[in-house]
Amino acid sequence: MAQKLKVVHYLNQFFGGIGAEEKASEGPKVQAGVIGPGRALQEIVKDRGEVVATVICGDNYFTEKTELIKLMVPYQPDILIAGPAFNAGRYGVACGALCAAVQEKLGIPAVTAMYQENPGVGLYKKDIYIIKTADSAKDMGGAITKMAGLAIKLVDKKEIGSPDKEGYFPRGMLKLGFAEKTTAERAVDMLVAKLQGKPFETELHLPEFERVKPPAPVKNLASAKIALVTDGGLVPKGNPDNIESLKATRFGMYSIKNIQRLNAQDYDVVHVGYDTKAVKEDPQRLVPLDVLRDMEKEKILGKIDDIFYTTTGVATPLENSRKIGRGIAERLKQDRVDAVILTST
Amino acid sequence: VITVEIEKAGIPTAHVTTMTPVALMIGSNRIIVGNGIVHPLGDVKLSGEAEKELRRTIVRKALDSLQVDLTSQRVF
Repeated sequence: MAQKLKVVHYLNQFFGGIGAEEKASEGPKVQAGVIGPGRALQEIVKDRGEVVATVICGDNYFTEKTELIKLMVPYQPDILIAGPAFNAGRYGVACGALCAAVQEKLGIPAVTAMYQENPGVGLYKKDIYIIKTADSAKDMGGAITKMAGLAIKLVDKKEIGSPDKEGYFPRGMLKLGFAEKTTAERAVDMLVAKLQGKPFETELHLPEFERVKPPAPVKNLASAKIALVTDGGLVPKGNPDNIESLKATRFGMYSIKNIQRLNAQDYDVVHVGYDTKAVKEDPQRLVPLDVLRDMEKEKILGKIDDIFYTTTGVATPLENSRKIGRGIAERLKQDRVDAVILTST
Repeated sequence: VITVEIEKAGIPTAHVTTMTPVALMIGSNRIIVGNGIVHPLGDVKLSGEAEKELRRTIVRKALDSLQVDLTSQRVF
């Protein structure tokens, strides 16, 4: 216990005292000792340790995480404290990315703090501890106290309490514990509270899915360009882009120009989530190109996009799916596609 | 989730799937019921022509769904 903990603090150009937006492209630098909000941090950790260095990087600078880590290594840190970033989006994402990287590469606890709507929360709350803050620097004191407290607990390998108790964003972990009442009793209590319109706290938070307002329909199908998309894992033989058979991180785009139907010998299915035999025998059972070509000839629809888009939807983390979806959407827009048929297994 | 991202970009998307509860949960707006998990647009028990006919019916439904003005999710 006698040994003093070495704390490294990460700040952006603003809190690091370099400048405001006009200095946002400043590259990474390190300085021994504390800067700005680091003074408050020093006050809090002084019994146990010392803020030995501050790393600073501009918000617009493409944060080369390895570069920042290299800068802090000479100080042999025991803890990284990043931020707090409040509602500053780029700063929050940088704090989250740096904490996650430091935790992995240096194997030391890394804690940051931000406001719930900071995009850094959604991106990193599963990987690291992010303390909840208000949306502006008025919450500086509280945020730094909580970050330092949690980081020291982590170094000491003390038990970390629930998200509510410690003030961090839930990381989606389940912990074994004893409850006063049985599951059945708790479920009934919750139901009764719900029926009476009283507040209750769910024990299992379900993932939240976004809702989107249905876009305007296709006005004239006979002149519309339709694209085919599938998450059923149909790929050309040999899977040229190595699309993962589960937990996909990418999608493929393959030409169907002048192709009337997808021949079984040219395609493969790399999806591990269903029995792929039927689709391997006839890819049309997943991607209905043959009937769409007929309809194209019959002028029921305008044109089929020359490309079909494909990925595998098995155990795919939501964030990957969103990224894949955004990527496909971007291409479809470039190709001026009017509507999409997406087929799922 | 991919359908949501594509519709966010303003492109109407017909989601053909047999797992309609999942499609509803993730937020697809235009949902067309497929003909089985392992072959949403086919049927191994049908002859070639009958199977193609079935596929055409489902695709037709998907195309129709793209022409409907919606205010919320619908299973077609």
